[in-house]
Formats: sequence, structure tokens, C-alpha cells
Amino acid sequence: MALRQCAIYGKGGIGKSTTTQNLVAGLAELGKKVMIVGCDPKADSTRLILHSKAQDTIMQMAADAGSVEDLELEDVLATGYAGIKCVESGGPEPGVGCAGRGVITAINFLEEEGAYEEDLDFVFYDVLGDVVCGGFAMPIRENKAQEIYIVVSGEMMAMYAANNIAKGICKYAKSGSVRLAGLICNSRNTDREDELIEALAAKLGTQMIHFVPRDNVVQRAEIRRMTVIEYDPQAKQADEYRSLAKKVIENKMFVIPTPCTMDELEDLLMEFGILDEEDESIVGKTAAEEQAVAA
Amino acid sequence: MAKMTQEETQALIQEVLEVYPEKAKKDRAKHLAANDQSVEQSKKCITSNRKSQPGVMTVRGCAYAGSRGVVWGPVKDMVHISHGPVGCGQYSRAGRRNYYVGHTGVDTFGTMNFTSDFQEKDIVFGGDKKLDKLIDEINELFPLVKGISVQSECPIGLIGDDIEAVSKKKTKELEKPVVPVRCEGFRGVSQSLGHHIANDALRDWVLSNRDGDNSFESTPYDVAILGDYNIGGDAWSSRILLEEMGLRVVAMWSGDGTLPEMELTSKVKLNLVHCYRSINYITRHMEEKYGIPWMEYNLFGPTKIAESLRAIAARFDETIQANAEKVIAKYQAEYEAVVAKYKPRLEGKKVMLYVGGLRPRHIIGAYEDLGMEVVGTGYEFAHNDDYDRTMKEMGNATLLYDDVTGYELEEFVKRLKPDLIGSGIKEKYVFQKMGVPFRQMHSWDYSGPYHGYDGFAIFARDMDMTINNPCWNRMQAPWLQSSESSAAQQAAA
Repeated sequence: MALRQCAIYGKGGIGKSTTTQNLVAGLAELGKKVMIVGCDPKADSTRLILHSKAQDTIMQMAADAGSVEDLELEDVLATGYAGIKCVESGGPEPGVGCAGRGVITAINFLEEEGAYEEDLDFVFYDVLGDVVCGGFAMPIRENKAQEIYIVVSGEMMAMYAANNIAKGICKYAKSGSVRLAGLICNSRNTDREDELIEALAAKLGTQMIHFVPRDNVVQRAEIRRMTVIEYDPQAKQADEYRSLAKKVIENKMFVIPTPCTMDELEDLLMEFGILDEEDESIVGKTAAEEQAVAA
Repeated sequence: MAKMTQEETQALIQEVLEVYPEKAKKDRAKHLAANDQSVEQSKKCITSNRKSQPGVMTVRGCAYAGSRGVVWGPVKDMVHISHGPVGCGQYSRAGRRNYYVGHTGVDTFGTMNFTSDFQEKDIVFGGDKKLDKLIDEINELFPLVKGISVQSECPIGLIGDDIEAVSKKKTKELEKPVVPVRCEGFRGVSQSLGHHIANDALRDWVLSNRDGDNSFESTPYDVAILGDYNIGGDAWSSRILLEEMGLRVVAMWSGDGTLPEMELTSKVKLNLVHCYRSINYITRHMEEKYGIPWMEYNLFGPTKIAESLRAIAARFDETIQANAEKVIAKYQAEYEAVVAKYKPRLEGKKVMLYVGGLRPRHIIGAYEDLGMEVVGTGYEFAHNDDYDRTMKEMGNATLLYDDVTGYELEEFVKRLKPDLIGSGIKEKYVFQKMGVPFRQMHSWDYSGPYHGYDGFAIFARDMDMTINNPCWNRMQAPWLQSSESSAAQQAAA
């Protein structure tokens, strides 16, 4: 099987890293050879696989060694649960330097060092919440990830973010082979969440590939720096990730997304009662003015 | 060629604009004008200080060039760090010929390149720690350094390094001024914003350093030269004239300049402004804060020199005024001899200029002293106050071109057929290969000085040896010459 490169995007805090690692554990269980590339300066994309706090990152090791050219692939690549290969790009502390450049440098290094030439079935890029600059779009540029999965929930801001990410994909889809492969709903237990995400997926021209219900076993496993599949293979939640993994393997629906306008998105949210009908008459009115009108 | 009329010049501009696409044509049209001395404000006929059009060849620089290269670079007893990757500093090192005296590498550093040599990891993790260390190393290796400036290259602004915090900390530790300058190259439309940023940094980190310190014994005759970068020694040949008049030059900004003299400038009685464009900001600030009046002057060619010396003297007492007359009289025989020697060889020759800060207007008088005429002039990075000043110096219906493109300048030269072009290194070989005599008027073509009476003699000689160089009669290859002329040559041989 040819190497499939996938990137996971989504609003910050939505559960991208957790979902990615559990999904990857599912793939590994099914005998797939997988590598995770963490593209977030926090370097927390591989901790559940490696049982570590934070993996040594490419950029930190490069800074210590002098330059990235001084590194070897085996220095940066760690192997964890079920033979999953792990690497973290790393980057600066918040507020200094350029994290985006760190991602670019790290991914170029992996390519030049032939990290992708090994006998791999999947590479997963776990990317920082927002595509704030060109660096964080690196995984979806030419010859990198072809499949994008967006982690989303039924909350308004998560859906805004998903729509924005879809816009970003459009830009690169036209010049390359990157496609939207589906929405992964990481449930927050909001009302009619599955229907809402199905509807959003339809608007974006894609699918909700799986609905991952909320389950505290995920947190219990995380405290132990483990995926659910490793921590409690019998858990119902483990089966959810297994079925997500199976769907990803079988996925054939790769599309150029059709992001909606702000109005369309708000209509959808109103339809599901998440957003109230907008009252144009109150825009820009202060409390004092409102009182004056009421009086 | 007979003098052009207003209509002919306008027609020429239209013809040259013809090749552009509509949008570019519309934009470029605003930057080209036929001079009309009756127009009071240049903004009515020419637009300047706008972004260059994509696709054209412009010779403009960047904010870093304006700060590091022009304003700060000549301050000789400071180290100016090119903060960022190595190229910006290395490929501009010692390129401007700002002469200075001192022991380079010991107490002066003008021709040296100091850079933080940014690597990938500095971009990713930020360069503040490196800058901190670099400043310590400079101070250790060059203990006589009086201060340090941090000249930001583009990446510094992109990654948001806090060079101000580092500079504050190091100023305290070293007890020497460490000055952050936010002159990232992508800011502004040309080097002009770099001048402004450099002026602001001088205002905030240098100028007020001796406020409240009255130990400096001032005299009623204290002046400062502002905006003379001592290209080929220009500031020196200017300074001697002022000193002969009885004035005391306390500071030179910034040619052959030092940090202590800049710190003393707030104590002078009059600021003398040479390059208005690059230094007017700090000049106006000194007027506002310290009440120091200022005036522009021009020391190119005997006519302008006499005018300027008299105007400067008029700001002082009768002794100085009498001295000014003495100075003019003293050099009279000298400059008259220069005119007598070169005017017959240069009379009637036409010149086109395209330069930077002040020369497109300041040198006109020197050419006129030699009987020459400037038929076209323009600036790389002027603002409209520069054109206001220029329109009075240029004849009616002469060409004005702002941020002229490579194509436009070539076309104008083909049509106006000047006997000499004065511009920069990027233009030089194009026009020489077209067979037009050319002088570099940024660097004085490695000659100079051109300021003052001493400079005028060199200026006149240089123009003569360029225009009347026998090589211009040898432009056609022998096999391309007509049989008639080659027959004549054979007969002559």
C-alpha cells in the first residue's frame, strides 16, 4: 500500500492530539505502520504513545547541536506503543521566535533525511489549533498530507474554525493534491450534535467520518499517558477508536471542500438552536440607550 | 537640440508612458512632470514617496539601507550591528565611502561589518539571547567602542524579537548607549522611512543624553553640520569654510561623526542642514525641544557657496559676516581659475541627474557655474517638500521624474540626448554602453570631495575628463563605419 499522509486540524483544545493518538493506536492494532509528526511547539502530540511527558523535539535538538544539519534521523525518531514512530517538530516558548518556521524546518528535515521512505502505511501530522501563518500550513502544501481530517464538536466556535480550515484547504487544493477527508466529531454532549455535524459536513461537501462519544475513560487513560486502546482494550471507547481507524483505512471520499459563508453558517446554527435570530435593532446600542428607549 | 517647450516635454512623457498597461501608465504618469516654476506646490504636478509598481526596474533601497547605510553607518566610534542574517550587512559593508579618521578596529569601526548572523534556530527560538551575548563580545573585544546600535533586518520584525528590552538592559550593564533601531527592510516604500526611523532612534536614545549637564562650555558661534555623510571627504571641505568664518563646528551628523558630538548637539546655536531629506526629522525636533533654529545650505559650486556662506553669516554678528566675505574673497582667484579652465570645455553641455537625497537639486548650481545646463532631474525616494525645493532650481519645461524606472530613464536619455548623466552604479554601465558619458553621483565615482571650493575644482576636473574623454569618439566598431569615413581614416593614416 502506498504511504498515506494525513493531517489533523481543528480548533485549539478540541482534542486533536488525543483523538489522533487514539486513532493511530487503532491503526497500529490493525497492523498498520504509522508515524506521528507533532507540529505544535507544546510537543504533546506523542506523549500517549511514548508514555513520556514531552518528547525531545527536532528544533530543540537542532539548537543544542548547532543546526538541523547536525542531526540524524535516529536522534529525533522515537518508537512507542505497537511500533508507532513518533517525532515532534518543537519550537519556541510562547511569545518568542517563530514557531511556524520551526514546523517548516522540521518537516523539511524529515523529508531530506528520508523519514518517509521507510516501510510506512500512514503519517499523521498533528497541527496547532489555528493555521495562523504559512508555517502551520506546511503539512498541507504540495507533496505533504493529501488527506485532512478536521476534529470538530457541536460548539459554535469549533464549527467556525472547521469552516475556516476548509477555506485554507481550498487554497492549497487548487495548487496541489490536498483534499478534505472528513470531519471527526469529538462529542461535547451538546443537543443533536451528530445531526448538526452531519449537516455541516454536507455543507462543506464532505462526511462526518465518525462520531466519537464522550467517555471519561479517555481522561483516565490520559492521566496514565496512555491511549484508551492500550490502557483498557475492553472499553467501549476503545471500540469507537477502532471503528474510526477502520473508517479511515476504508475512506475513499476525498473532496475539495465547499466552505460556507458566515451567513450560511449562522443560518445552520440557528436551525439547530445554537444561535439566536439576530436582532439588528440592538447592534451598537449601549445599555443606557436601551433604557432610554424602553422608558 | 533646442530648448523644449512645456508642450514638447509633456508630449515626450506621454510617448514614453505609451508602452505601459493602463494601470501602470496611470500611476507612472503622476510621477513624471514638465517643470513649471510658476507652480508653488509640487504636489500639484508630481507625486512622490509612493510604492513602486511591480514589474518595473526601480533602484530604490529599503529602510535598513536608510538607517544602517545612511544615517547611523557613518557614526564612527559606535558599532552598528546588522541584526539578522549575514547578507544585509556584508553586501553593504563600506560601500558608501563615508570617510573618517581613526584607527579602524580600535577606536573607530566604520568599514567593519558586525552581524548576529541569524541561523534557522535563531528564527525559531528568537535572537534576543544571541544579541545580548553579541553585545558583550563587542564590548570585550573593542573596549573603546562608545556605543552600539542594533539595526534590525527583516526577520527581527517578523518574529517579534524584543530588541528594546535587550538594549535597555545592555545600556545599563555597559554604561554605554545601546540603541535599538526598528529599520526592518519591509517597512515603508524606500530607504526614506529608514532615515525617519533612524532619526527617531537618535531622538529617543542619544540626543537627550546630556540634558541637564552644563559642563560643556559653549560659544555664541557653535553650529552643527547635519546631513553631511562625508562622502569622499565632503564634510571636511565644508567644515573648513565654516571654521574660517569663525564658527565652531561642534558636531557632524554623521559623516566622520562620533557619539559624544551627537550628544552635544543640543547645545549648539544653529543647525546647518545639508541633506534635508534624511535629517530634517531630528532637526525639527531640536527646534521644538531646544529652540535651535536651522537652515539649509548648499556648498556645490562658487555661486551657491557664496550664497550659502552669506546666508549662514547673516544669522551671526558682523564679525562673522565680514569673515564670510573674506573667505569668499580668499578663494576667488582659485575658483575663477577653475571656471576659466573648464568652462570653455563644458559650456552648453546638457546634464541629466537621477540621484538620492539632495543632489538632484543641490548640484545644479555647480553645473551652471561651468556653463552647463541640467535638463532633467529626479529622486529615488524624495517627498514633495524636496520637489518644492527642486522646481525653483530647474528651468521651465525641464523634465522631473520621481522613482524613475529603468525603461523611462533610458527612453528619456534617448530623446533628450544629454552630454552627461549623473546617477548611480546601477545605471552607470547601461548608459556607458549606450555611449553616453556618465558620472556616479552617489559615490562621486570614487573621487571627491565635491563640496566647498576645494571640492569644486575636483568636480570640474571630473566632469571634464568624463565628457571630453576621447573614448566617446570610438564608439563605433571599425567594420561598422561607412566606407567613406574609413577611406578618410586610411588617407589620414
